[in-house]
Amino acid sequence: MSGQLNWFRGGIALALVFLVAVWLVKPIGVSTQFVIFDGIIWNLFSDDLVQVNPKTKTGYSSTNAYLNKSGGKYAKNIANPLNYSYIFVFGIILGSFLSAKTKGPKATEKDRQAPEVWRQRFGSCIYKRYLVSFIGGFLVLFGARLAGGCTSGHMMSGMMQTSLSGYLFTLGAFATAIPLAILMYGRK
Amino acid sequence: MDILLAIILGTLFGFVLHRIGAANPQNIINMLRLKDFHLMKTIIWGISLSSALLFLGLTLGIIDPTHLSVKSSYWGVIIGGGILGLGFAIAGYCPGTGLAGLGDGRKDARYFVVGGLFGAFVYMLVFAGLKNTFLMQKIAGGKATLAATGNPSFISLIESVPGVIVALAISLIFFIFAWKLPNKTDNDS
Repeated sequence: MSGQLNWFRGGIALALVFLVAVWLVKPIGVSTQFVIFDGIIWNLFSDDLVQVNPKTKTGYSSTNAYLNKSGGKYAKNIANPLNYSYIFVFGIILGSFLSAKTKGPKATEKDRQAPEVWRQRFGSCIYKRYLVSFIGGFLVLFGARLAGGCTSGHMMSGMMQTSLSGYLFTLGAFATAIPLAILMYGRK
Repeated sequence: MDILLAIILGTLFGFVLHRIGAANPQNIINMLRLKDFHLMKTIIWGISLSSALLFLGLTLGIIDPTHLSVKSSYWGVIIGGGILGLGFAIAGYCPGTGLAGLGDGRKDARYFVVGGLFGAFVYMLVFAGLKNTFLMQKIAGGKATLAATGNPSFISLIESVPGVIVALAISLIFFIFAWKLPNKTDNDS
């Protein structure tokens, strides 16, 4: 598609982003911030979800076991959302928007509802596509949280550092993704 | 300063994801059904090059090894990866590219992101019950890498060879794989 980088140039661009991030700050990761976003919303409706607690490593604790883990690391980020990792993910939306508005690949109005491969297989009823996208999002983030990271954190940043967890995650993800994609969308 | 870097690097990441075509679920689905490998070639080459430069930077003392963040290996990484793979295949998005899809104005990406917020929320609720199961049992001591990083918090699985050599060897294998992989398969016409 026009506006899309070929694999060689695209790979260089991708490599430089991951490299500069770890050089200046830390490896790129995305999926944790879905938890932080949820926690911020939840905290609006709760009086005791996140508390200041001088006894923990980070100075925060939570009544939720997940937010409380690693010395209240997530609880701290929920209490202080203006932190690097959280702002970073909003940058992704902005960056993609800027690319689309400049010379990046252009999606048609139909593509924005459902990709062509979906429309060929399942027709143009967009609600089915939206429902499947929702279920897909649910599985992706549930799985990513169980795995402790996603495609960015485990696959890219992980294998960049030669982390064992990155290879294990990638094997697990492709072991289900490839057969299911072929089953659902066909080979041709 | 951190916030400024977050905006710059996040924007750059989103821009590149969009330019390589990763914000388009069509490309991801076609990669997963083994029809169009350009995105896979891009990602594998990206990992290869960033890894080689990272370990060269560590060896030359340009990159601070305390900036590294190696995630723990445990059974949940494989199982969670498998669950993620199911959603990845049906929707054609992962967390980062779903957000890039939002920036691209894709409506299905909105449903994906909202579904993701629900999935993460349910995980928060069930975590207490999973905490003491086999899922959280470590593999190979937890935070392990193949190549020695020079950061004492992480275990290196190959200790007899300098980290930079191991990393460059893996990087070369990845490059050859990316290079030899066809862009499109035969059944594409």
